Amino acid sequence: MNKPIDPTILTGATSPARERWERDYGADIGTDRAVENVSGIPIQPLYTADDRAASGNDDALGYPGQPDYTRGIYATMHRGRTWTQRQLVGLGTPADYNQRLLGLLDRGATAVSLIPCNSVYRGYDMDSVEPELLGTCGVVVNNADHMDRCLEGVDVGEISCAMNDPSPFTLLAFMLVAAERRGIDWKRISGTSNQSDYLSHYVANHMFYRLSLPGARRVLMDHIAWCRQHAPRWNPMSVVGQHTQQAGATPAEAMAFTLSAAVQNAEDCIARGMNPDEFLPRFTFFFDISLSFFEEIAKFRAGRRIWARLAKERLGAKSEKAGRFKFHAQTSGVDLTRQQPLNNIARVTAQAMAGIFGGLQSLHTDAYDEAYATPSEAGARIAVATQNILREEAHLTDVIDPLGGSFYVESLTDQMEDKIVTIMRTIDEAGGMYKAVESGLVQRMIGASAMRFQRKVEAGEQVVVGVNKYQAADDFANRPPVERPDAAAMRRHLDAFRDAKAARSSSAVAQALDGLTRAAETARGNVFGAVVDGARAGLTNEEICTRLRRDLGFGQPLVII
Amino acid sequence: MNENEAPSPQPSPAGGRGSDFRPRVLVTKIGLDGHDRGSRIVAAACRDAGMEVIYTPPWQSIPAVVKLTMEEDVDVVGISSLATDHLIVPKLMTALREAGLGNVRVVVGGIVPDNEEKLLIEAGVREVFHPGSTMDDITTRIRDYARESRRAAADAEVKT
Repeated sequence: MNKPIDPTILTGATSPARERWERDYGADIGTDRAVENVSGIPIQPLYTADDRAASGNDDALGYPGQPDYTRGIYATMHRGRTWTQRQLVGLGTPADYNQRLLGLLDRGATAVSLIPCNSVYRGYDMDSVEPELLGTCGVVVNNADHMDRCLEGVDVGEISCAMNDPSPFTLLAFMLVAAERRGIDWKRISGTSNQSDYLSHYVANHMFYRLSLPGARRVLMDHIAWCRQHAPRWNPMSVVGQHTQQAGATPAEAMAFTLSAAVQNAEDCIARGMNPDEFLPRFTFFFDISLSFFEEIAKFRAGRRIWARLAKERLGAKSEKAGRFKFHAQTSGVDLTRQQPLNNIARVTAQAMAGIFGGLQSLHTDAYDEAYATPSEAGARIAVATQNILREEAHLTDVIDPLGGSFYVESLTDQMEDKIVTIMRTIDEAGGMYKAVESGLVQRMIGASAMRFQRKVEAGEQVVVGVNKYQAADDFANRPPVERPDAAAMRRHLDAFRDAKAARSSSAVAQALDGLTRAAETARGNVFGAVVDGARAGLTNEEICTRLRRDLGFGQPLVII
Repeated sequence: MNENEAPSPQPSPAGGRGSDFRPRVLVTKIGLDGHDRGSRIVAAACRDAGMEVIYTPPWQSIPAVVKLTMEEDVDVVGISSLATDHLIVPKLMTALREAGLGNVRVVVGGIVPDNEEKLLIEAGVREVFHPGSTMDDITTRIRDYARESRRAAADAEVKT
């Protein structure tokens, strides 16, 4: 394991000061330890100007807001507009969700994020799943009325709303119908279909089930085309790197898979006749921020400039806007520990700082209690306060790209870029991201990386405080009992839903369902448009998903161990 | 970690590594969640430790798990739960007993709050593995529980 420091790493040893440092370092350290980041890049003890020169990437770094955007996609970055504080919330009934959401907005959150119950994710309504599971991980929203209640008192024409809403995007449809009822023009609606990247769901297995792989591909294209026409401020495409990294991909792999998925989706749009200068500005990205601090910063900086080049050179975009790498990031839940849970506040702080220095546009900080429960309200409050402290007490927003020019960060950015591009080449050689996930190539790469990381933890090479080092006696006082949604309130929500369903005209329901089928049957039909029509006619989440599963194929992820 | 390695010099009554004993383990997820990093890693670790592993995609129904347990002659069922699906594990325990599979040992791994862990143990779950458990620990325990399960099955046969 330990090996003497490799003298070839220390390039450009010419000056007497340099030579002296090398002598002193060698004498002092004895046998140096080999250091490698999670992506497999060897880490030197010291970086100097020579390292950047040696990397061969001597492009000027440029300025924020100018391609290749290494230093940020906007001229002002966080000094002008800080990141959007977007906490994922979802729990219980729509009334519970609404109460929690309004509280978060009061305390400084600046955008809405809605996470539905897993039953909703799975494409089921509340009357067809085990009642114990309702609302434990997200809000139970099955139709437009429920969404209206979720967003009561929230001006959806003003505030940006992110829906965690895989294909066929029923939650957005419910929200659009709720907005329409309030007389809000869809042209004013802004936000993101946060999980529209079916490829990442298929690979990382989180929530892939609703539609078959080709079905999901088709509906995504319909969704992008429809939003461009009817809700132009909405971001219909969120390319997700968070799922793959949480599933075990290294930071470099996660960035590479995400960029490859973005290329795949963009090329699909182009094949459908869409113009990259029109749809690319509405592409957004969603990433994980792990605790590997500098590696994460370098990951984001490298990803940003690779995307700028891809947009222009590979996808043929002419406008600079099309190459802007807008991303939301979430601190990594996998890094949090059940042991000594308050330590997680420190972990989340470091993760959030890496994301901020990486130039994110929107941030979710995890609650410290996530490693043992669905986050509590108290935990969520600290997560919001963490962002407020970093922004307003620690002054992290004063200077744009404050680590730009750091010998280490710039060298690492170059090396991460090389690594990411190499992985993307492997995906290209496999025929692009769609084929690479269909064949299981990506799943195997992720599985191997997850296992490698686990072995490092078990061997003690990767320290996890309180788990494999600095263990302490279990302090149960730090883990209060977890409260589940109120069963009686959930029962009332369920009864009201059954009544509302029964009160609908069955012919109107049948007609709306047929509308879905008609759209799915013809290549010219727009399935997402039909989903919106169905939501307006009172169709439920399960009704829409079931019909489209029938027409476009049922989704089963490819499982490889 | 491999069954093919040299036998352990100390025979262990509860299933040492050196024996020919080959536990049959079902690693699965019930309910609604699809986060499967943990279940994949545990399945691979059990396989590397020389067990017969039956692995399913997530989102299995309780009847499907019971059926598979019976058909595959499973000793230990491992349920991975990251997003509250453990709340229906007591229903699985009942269903296994009703199917005459009371000897089968069930373990749960993932995110389980302390107060709910108690309920699971009371419902008959043999052990709950929390984040931070080592693969070595998990595979050793599963091997022990597989032995228990076979003994219990043999006892039941004697009685009937």
